[in-house]
Amino acid sequence: MHKKLALLAAGAALMSANAFAVSHGEAIASTCMSCHGANGKSNGAIPSLAGLDKAYFVEAMKDFKSGKRPGTIMKRHAAGYTEAEYAEMGEFFSKIK
Amino acid sequence: MSFNRRDFLKASGAGAATVLAAGCATQGAPSTAKANPKVVVVGAGFGGATCAKYLRKWGPNIEVTLVEPNDKFVSCPISNWVLGGLKTMDDITHGYDNLPKHGIKMVKDYVVGVNPSARTVKLKSGGSLSYDRLVLAPGVEIMTDYVKGFKEAEAAGKVVHAWKAGAQTALLRKQLEAMPDGGVFVMSVPAAPYRCPPGPYERACMVANYFKKAKPKSKIILLDGNPDVASKKGLFMDAWNNLYKGMIDYRPNNLPFAVDGNTMTVSTEFDDVKGDVLNVVPRQKAGEVCEMAGARNDSNGIWCAVNLATFESTTVPNVHIIGDSVLSNLPKSGHMATNHAKMCAAAIVEMFAGRQPDPTPIVANTCYSATSDTTSGYVANVFRFEKEKGYVSAPEGGATSKGDEINFAYNESWAQNIWAEVLS
Repeated sequence: MHKKLALLAAGAALMSANAFAVSHGEAIASTCMSCHGANGKSNGAIPSLAGLDKAYFVEAMKDFKSGKRPGTIMKRHAAGYTEAEYAEMGEFFSKIK
Repeated sequence: MSFNRRDFLKASGAGAATVLAAGCATQGAPSTAKANPKVVVVGAGFGGATCAKYLRKWGPNIEVTLVEPNDKFVSCPISNWVLGGLKTMDDITHGYDNLPKHGIKMVKDYVVGVNPSARTVKLKSGGSLSYDRLVLAPGVEIMTDYVKGFKEAEAAGKVVHAWKAGAQTALLRKQLEAMPDGGVFVMSVPAAPYRCPPGPYERACMVANYFKKAKPKSKIILLDGNPDVASKKGLFMDAWNNLYKGMIDYRPNNLPFAVDGNTMTVSTEFDDVKGDVLNVVPRQKAGEVCEMAGARNDSNGIWCAVNLATFESTTVPNVHIIGDSVLSNLPKSGHMATNHAKMCAAAIVEMFAGRQPDPTPIVANTCYSATSDTTSGYVANVFRFEKEKGYVSAPEGGATSKGDEINFAYNESWAQNIWAEVLS
């Protein structure tokens, strides 16, 4: 029992050195929900993000930033994040059922 | 923030009792990991309700209690649409029924005291709640004392600010409906910073849209305490010049210091302005509960200085402040409050686990304003936290210069979605 606890504690210490319980990607993806709806599921004209293919999401963000994809507000948002963050957000949204 | 001399004297007098620990950041040491740490959240508006939800989502072991005196959530965003007759009070009023489903304990009460050393809050009903961390999300307190005569006129139901959505919103709509064609609506804008920077100008558009249809001979006098339109200037000037030509008399640098509900007069340094409906919006400060916690700690005792990565008070350990009460360069908007809430919740979850919170959080703001019953525009910014600098606005941020129908549709969708994000 003590051995098990010690192992668990060691595991927790390792995790704390390497990762956030709430990843940077999930935290920033959560800020998208204030427009795109709870859990990325939208009511009305704003598109939903839940369940989007990761590669599609990343491509869309790149294209909003470059202006290749026309839009209203998204160029301003897309330009505020790095490509690594696009990937983290895309990963998160792709996993919402 | 800009203060005139009279304000400064008042504020320094009022703040004399507040002892400030200048520049002393007492970042609470990570609490020893507890099985079920307790968080009390005060205020179930955009910030508080969102924070409670995300604390439960990201920290399922956290016991979250949400204290709110009101039965219902009444949204400030879209409340200008009620004044314009586009929406009803029912449309902007929502229940709290879904929050307990997330494991949030809702307490209908009002906080009357905070003891940061004992980590307890005292409730008006007589009970008290203990916490490991406290999140204050009270919104703003309207400084009605700063406009002479306002309190009396407000108590008599003659003049309202309607800067907190609710009964005053409904009353102001009634006053506008009762106003004869050819009447004058006088509205004032406080000096920045105040809740919802574009709000006053959107309100002028919504009232103008109503007048144009229902009573076209009427006028709007907009007395602005700022030297210029404080937000989305291009968007609003375009609407005033093209949609409502000749209807809106915009007067910058006209801060009201007095209002008389009997003679229906607003007084500025330059003029006594008479109107049929008066809507005076006094300046604001962090909500009262922040003062109780000793967290209204900026140099004027007005706003709350926080560590902007965690939203923990710079002077009161274990007390976090989110939303409009925070001293920062971030706009005081409901949308921004929801994103303060998420960064704060993430930081609290990490701190309870004895880990360092994300050192580089990012918050975004999206704010739509309607310019008519079919057109809206937006302002959008992404703010990235940088050590020593705070939140830095990414360079592509900015506003539209003309309202259109696409953005009106997004504006309506935005409202439905943010209400769901906060309350569903």
